[in-house]
Amino acid sequence: MDVIKEDQVLDCSGMLCPIPVVKTSKAIKAMEIGQVLKMIATDPGAPPDMEAWSRQTGNELLRSMQEDGKFVFYIKRMK
Amino acid sequence: MSKSDPNAPKRLALIASKGTLDWAYPPFILASAAGAMGWEVGIFFTFYGLTLLKPDLTASVSPLGNPAMPMKMPFGPEGFQNIAWPMPNILMANVPGFETLATTLMKQTFKNKGVASIPELRDMCIDLDVRMIGCQMTMDVFGFKREDFIKECEIGGAATFLEYAADAEVQLFI
Repeated sequence: MDVIKEDQVLDCSGMLCPIPVVKTSKAIKAMEIGQVLKMIATDPGAPPDMEAWSRQTGNELLRSMQEDGKFVFYIKRMK
Repeated sequence: MSKSDPNAPKRLALIASKGTLDWAYPPFILASAAGAMGWEVGIFFTFYGLTLLKPDLTASVSPLGNPAMPMKMPFGPEGFQNIAWPMPNILMANVPGFETLATTLMKQTFKNKGVASIPELRDMCIDLDVRMIGCQMTMDVFGFKREDFIKECEIGGAATFLEYAADAEVQLFI
């Protein structure tokens, strides 16, 4: 897998729905178009929620993976 | 407030009709999640739900009439915390202070698990420009005044909500 270079990291470990989605949205809005946010979560609901959030907001979920028992997402701001 | 633009964001219209701690969660969770997805959100707070617009949120749990409600202990070893204690109605109804105890236990369990508190969720909704409408009729019935509620809310009636809900993709009564 190619390495994705993130511009910013957001750690939502230990937080449950809907906080990871709300914090991701806030973080993305503060970034430039084309920049990449790396979001880390432990909520098992985060993978399907981040996919739905990306589809609804039009931002691109570049990668959704598990790393060291955590869920890691790379999201590119598209608009 | 009608949506004439076909590119307008999706809209969620909620009615929050209950004021207990457990029932305060669904509207604020859905509203903040929808707001985070770029949707327009409006919540109509009516009957007991109206108290969720007070500056000082004192929502508590009423185990009465929640026969399926398990109670979890927020302390002790994991095995002990995972026990779902049955709550007999006779206990809930007759033991003084039981609601306070149930409320304290639920708040602590939620906090330990990483769930936001109701005041935090409401602040997130305000931050996301969720439209909050307090029910005028309920105010009149229970004797509330405009200044009893947070400044971020507006006051309106059934027609105000229905006009908003008519253009919503999702409408829920909670």
